[in-house]
Amino acid sequence: MSELKDAQTSDSASSTQTEYLSFRIGDSEYSVEIMSVREIRGWTRTTSLPHAPHFVRGVINLRGTVLPVVDLALRLGLDASEPEERNVIIVVDVGTRVMGLRVDAVSDILAFSDDQLQPPPDMTSKSRFVRALTILDDRMVRILDLAAVLPSNEEIAA
Amino acid sequence: MSDPMQEIMASFFIECEELHESLVDALQLLADGESDIETINVAFRAVHSIKGGAGAFGLDALVDFAHQFETVMDACRSGTLSIDTPLNELFLRCSDMLSDLIRCSRDGEDVDAATSTGLIAELSGYVPSEDEGEVEEIEFQPMVLDLGELGPGSDALPMDLPPLDLPSLDDSDETEAPELGPSDKARLAVEFRAEGELYESGNEPLFLIKALADLGRCETKLTLDPPKSIDDLNTLGSRLSWNIVVETDMPPTAVHEIFEFAEGLCKLNVVAIPGSAAALTKDVSTEVPVEAAESSAPAPAEAQSSNTPDAPAAAPAPASKPEEPAPIPKPAAAKAPEKAATTPPKTSPTVRVDLERIERLVNLVGELVINQAMLSQSIAEENIPPNSPVSAGLDEFMQLTRNIQESVMMIRAQPVKSLFQRMSRIVRESSAAVDKTVKLVTDGENTEIDKTAIERLADPLTHMIRNAVDHGLEDAETRIAQGKSKQGEIKLRAAHKSGRVLIEVSDDGAGINREKVKSKAMEKGLIPDEAILSDSEIDQLLFLPGFSTATEVSNLSGRGVGMDVVKTQITSLGGRVTIESTPGAGTTFAISLPLTLAVLDGMVITVAQETLVIPLNAIVETLSLSVDDLKPVAGGQSVLCVREQFVPVLDLGVELGYREEAPMQDGTIALLISPEEGVLVALLVDTIEDQRQVVIKGMQESYGRVPGVAAATILGDGQIALILDPNDLVQNATGDDLVITQKKAS
Repeated sequence: MSELKDAQTSDSASSTQTEYLSFRIGDSEYSVEIMSVREIRGWTRTTSLPHAPHFVRGVINLRGTVLPVVDLALRLGLDASEPEERNVIIVVDVGTRVMGLRVDAVSDILAFSDDQLQPPPDMTSKSRFVRALTILDDRMVRILDLAAVLPSNEEIAA
Repeated sequence: MSDPMQEIMASFFIECEELHESLVDALQLLADGESDIETINVAFRAVHSIKGGAGAFGLDALVDFAHQFETVMDACRSGTLSIDTPLNELFLRCSDMLSDLIRCSRDGEDVDAATSTGLIAELSGYVPSEDEGEVEEIEFQPMVLDLGELGPGSDALPMDLPPLDLPSLDDSDETEAPELGPSDKARLAVEFRAEGELYESGNEPLFLIKALADLGRCETKLTLDPPKSIDDLNTLGSRLSWNIVVETDMPPTAVHEIFEFAEGLCKLNVVAIPGSAAALTKDVSTEVPVEAAESSAPAPAEAQSSNTPDAPAAAPAPASKPEEPAPIPKPAAAKAPEKAATTPPKTSPTVRVDLERIERLVNLVGELVINQAMLSQSIAEENIPPNSPVSAGLDEFMQLTRNIQESVMMIRAQPVKSLFQRMSRIVRESSAAVDKTVKLVTDGENTEIDKTAIERLADPLTHMIRNAVDHGLEDAETRIAQGKSKQGEIKLRAAHKSGRVLIEVSDDGAGINREKVKSKAMEKGLIPDEAILSDSEIDQLLFLPGFSTATEVSNLSGRGVGMDVVKTQITSLGGRVTIESTPGAGTTFAISLPLTLAVLDGMVITVAQETLVIPLNAIVETLSLSVDDLKPVAGGQSVLCVREQFVPVLDLGVELGYREEAPMQDGTIALLISPEEGVLVALLVDTIEDQRQVVIKGMQESYGRVPGVAAATILGDGQIALILDPNDLVQNATGDDLVITQKKAS
């Protein structure tokens, strides 16, 4: 444990790079910090929840626990698509909550240092889900703010 | 990782809770007049043990209080003080204080010093000569043991034995030795020899001997066996043995109780030496019981026999008393039956287990149940004939799973006793606050319910009891005028009833004043002015938020945040509350709870291709409908006519947002549920799939509360199905179908 920690700190000291898991929704590329990703699993049918916000697909059985699944496309206001077998669910851990994110496909693991990241331009409230932007090989990568992506308690109650 | 002292403290506080429980038990017995000699002893021992532990942790406030408490109890024990009602009430208040002190010490909170001091003063009023007693029981006098019996082989000992700190086993030990001769008291000869394992398992003979000293005056003789040769020398072994003569009226079982944890790790031989009060009148002296308050158990005959202070001089250290009377095997028949009656009921051995481990076990069993369901589903899909070995094996497997599951749930189950004890305190405190005399009668204390339920019932029950004391019971004058006894009575009853736990709080007060309730509700705008309500509907008004009939807000209740909270809390446990009230005769609140919180019997249904589970106990009846059965009323609302009663209809699919409203088809199934007493609602579903036990998986933590949904479960195919909460569903129904919901909305 302590060894691992040491390795991490020395690593970040030398490069100050953080790793991100990038994935695809439609034609856009998004990413989340890899440390908050618990696992990636294939799409399974969800059980829909009554009175849930539209972007909550429902719940699935994750080895005996109930895991809510958020459809990222719907959450981010992108074109809705019916889930397919090839889709994946990224299980993320934010604070005390564990949730699944439905995305089209996982693409890569990227490493950026903090100075490569730019805050998104303040335009609409919709951009609150994106924490930072960066350019990689002429592609724009959006880094998500997971805490904002997960449904808030008010949204659930509504 | 964690501080070992913290861990020891934690287990001390757990023990304290248990000890306090037995203390309250004993005091309750005393109050009911069902006590025997052993009862006060049990109470005394509990306080004494708390004091002992508290002393070890330097919890001075607790020690001081416990000490004063036990001193008075000791006086009762020895018969110098008889327990009357005021004293017993004082004891009860002291026990409440003791529990507060324990809690404060545990949580590091400030102690209500004034109350504590007041109670100590009250206590010391009973036992004036306190000063002597103060020191001796707490302080241990170091004493060097005379190890004169060490043989020539003693140089083979690994090291010099350090002087042992033995407590002065009783104050009498050093001041006088006359009791060393045969006394008039019954005595027990205890031969105790520690085996190596005793020390390995962390036992300490000193504490055992100290505990023995609590039974009565002790003479202790320590023997050390020298190793016979150097080969015989085992540094890990034990060569100490003790011969102890205890002057006590207690049966030998009392000694065995002390050695309970050491039994099997030591050689223990207990022999009763018959009391010889009658025979020994001349030549033998006994100590005049000057310190009667401290000496533990004087035989009734003692007073007469204390005559000649002859006092045969004896060596000061009791360690080497050669003229020890040989243990005379006492014919057990003489005293045994009588003693047997006084010993407390035997409790079966228990293990203390971390709740987390049990939780894990419960979860695993839950998985097992799910797995078993998956297995049976896939076997069913394979079209294997039911008489094949696989199917037979599966049946057996199902049986086993169910048994395991029930056993695991039993582990979590605990008797409601601890809860009831807390309530007796609430009754005492609240009745004192409103100046009424109230007696709490409890029944079914051993009824077991889930531990979580016990914890979460404490608040609602407290509320209900306070309400009963404050609003339910009339004041003394009114009661007498009504021809009732001055003392009000509150009954707390628990029982298992058809797969559920029933807890009732009833008072013999005036009953609910329905006129007043109704006018109050109108005044507060909770119901329309012209509403005509049945009695039970009026009773239900008590559960509305913001309702209170008390014209003046008292300390206890009347703030109007009561019964609705009670109801919400009970409902969150899957329970229901009902009221029954007879004017002039009293009110009964009945809480009915599911047996376990982890599993429920459910009906698996489908609506709009979604599979759902409805708790079986919520369903009153199922009906298969044809199109003509539904009668539209107005505004899209339909009713169903069931045995000449019109029942509002909810389409579950629409209600849950799974589908748009659509004309009903033949073969639709209606589930009749009863959210309130006497109210029926029909839920329309597509099909009924199955009826089975499902494991409850909480959704609160991972997602949040979903209206109308109680929890989730995992079905045989691994899919999650939601468990509906029909009552919540109806309460939140979009169409305002129920009288009650309408009232709420207005």
